[in-house]
Amino acid sequence: MTATTTAPTAAPPASAPGAPGTRLRAWATRAPLLPALVFMVVVTQLPFVATLVISFFDWNALYPDARRFTGLDNYRQVLTDADLRRSVGTTILLTATVVLVSLVLGLLLALLLDRRFKGRGLVRTLLIAPFLVVPVAAALLWKHVLYNPEYGLLNGLLSYVGGPQPDWISTTPLLAVEASLIWQWTPFMMLILLAGLQSRDPQQIEAARVDGAGDWQVFVHLTLPHLRRYLELGALLGSIHIVQNFDAVFTLTSGGLGTANLPYTVYQSFYQAHENGLASAAGVLVVLGSIVIATFALRVVSSLFREEVSRA
Amino acid sequence: MSAVRRTVPGLLAWLAGTGFFLPIAWMALTSFHSETDAAANPPSFTAALTLEGYREFFGLSGGASPWPALINSTVASLASTLLVLLLALPAAYALSVNRVRKWTDVLFFFLSTKMLPVVAGLLPVYLFARDAGLLDNIWLLVVLYTSMNLPIAVWMMQSFLAEVPVAVIEAARVDGAPLPVVLTRVVAPIALPGIAATALICFIFSWNELLFARVLTGVVAETAPVFLTGFITSQGLFLAKVCAASLVISLPVLAAGFAAQDKLVQGLSLGAVK
Repeated sequence: MTATTTAPTAAPPASAPGAPGTRLRAWATRAPLLPALVFMVVVTQLPFVATLVISFFDWNALYPDARRFTGLDNYRQVLTDADLRRSVGTTILLTATVVLVSLVLGLLLALLLDRRFKGRGLVRTLLIAPFLVVPVAAALLWKHVLYNPEYGLLNGLLSYVGGPQPDWISTTPLLAVEASLIWQWTPFMMLILLAGLQSRDPQQIEAARVDGAGDWQVFVHLTLPHLRRYLELGALLGSIHIVQNFDAVFTLTSGGLGTANLPYTVYQSFYQAHENGLASAAGVLVVLGSIVIATFALRVVSSLFREEVSRA
Repeated sequence: MSAVRRTVPGLLAWLAGTGFFLPIAWMALTSFHSETDAAANPPSFTAALTLEGYREFFGLSGGASPWPALINSTVASLASTLLVLLLALPAAYALSVNRVRKWTDVLFFFLSTKMLPVVAGLLPVYLFARDAGLLDNIWLLVVLYTSMNLPIAVWMMQSFLAEVPVAVIEAARVDGAPLPVVLTRVVAPIALPGIAATALICFIFSWNELLFARVLTGVVAETAPVFLTGFITSQGLFLAKVCAASLVISLPVLAAGFAAQDKLVQGLSLGAVK
């Protein structure tokens, strides 16, 4: 680690307290960090603590005077609520499908783009575009311009070949939301995996080829193991964002037809039903779920990070 | 055989690229059609082009003007990006150049806040804003967007600043250069592209944000994505307008993203992928 050798001014040894010079220097090292740290604690941690407190109260915003402490009642209600349990399932299904499919598609595209061909730069730019459309705009594009049964492009193209004219959003609502998200997130996965592919050691591949390895063998034994961390990173960053997805669900289906995920359900229970206590309990449960993902996620990042540090 | 192996991947890539871009291309074409042509079935590829959709979007033929929303988004995104840089730069410096003790723990604390779902703190923020009279106030969004992007920015910038060779910094110090000079003359030039990428990503995320803006703003501080939600239930009569609106509002992000494709990857992966 470089930390110990490069920062002689930092970190006064714990065994030698009191030396005013070192303590002052330690504070001088720490000081630049404090504004950001304090800001994050105040703006993100305090509201969560407040959510935690509110979750123990029976509190409907329309009847503020009837507010009272109910202990774990909200949690019991949330956990036994059929709609809420369904939205937990929806969230897991939505996130897993979108992350997995966009990861596989992203990998295929990255493998194609890793080769030399005419117009590679332009193709790359075309492929990135879906990720750069404002999420609400992308959701509107899918809802009105592509899915609409009367004038949407999908059915328009189908009508040329005399195909059926399904109403996509009402017949396959969750799939409709997933398709739009996969379209948005595949480019992101492709970008990260392409960076991974391009960081391979060409000499190693050369050597394998000299030893008679074919394309498939190189892919399975060299490329995939090298890409593992990049796949993990893509899956993790994708999950963080898609678990929290609100824009697509809100825009495409307004949470109807069994597509309400947890963020949408929490939004709805306090924004429309004004059930502050219930919404907070649901929010706390979302956090608990996220902690599971986060624990795994932090481990992935920290292994990547350790590699980085030891390489430096 | 080798000719096939050389051309097929290229062809497939072109096919995929066109396929992924097709919805955007179609949206662009539709935005230049009249509303009648836009809603035609089967779709018309050769209909006359017109600026009607754009005129409608900018409120030139009556209707709501998008300018307040566009200005709000610009203010919120730029101001929060600036605030993020002000807070993240010193923090990243303390985490990479002049390392504090347990710097990895601090870094992971920042990342963990990113994993706290937005909905977990939304209600208290809403209640606080209501009681403090800050609802429908763009500056509240600035603070929230700053908290949303600060963890990413700290991670990215510490990875960019860590690329500055320590020997160079120490040499400058030994030569008696005071800290501000070291920062502006030695650290900044090397880290500048990374700082620019960080700013870009913070801008994009703020510009795109919907949930906070939807809950905490209304009329005065409405942002561009909230303006777009007005089209959720629109019927076919407004298709060209919806397309024009979506494109205009996506334009800053599309332009910025295309301009900085490589840095974008590095930034989005928190500097972990180079």
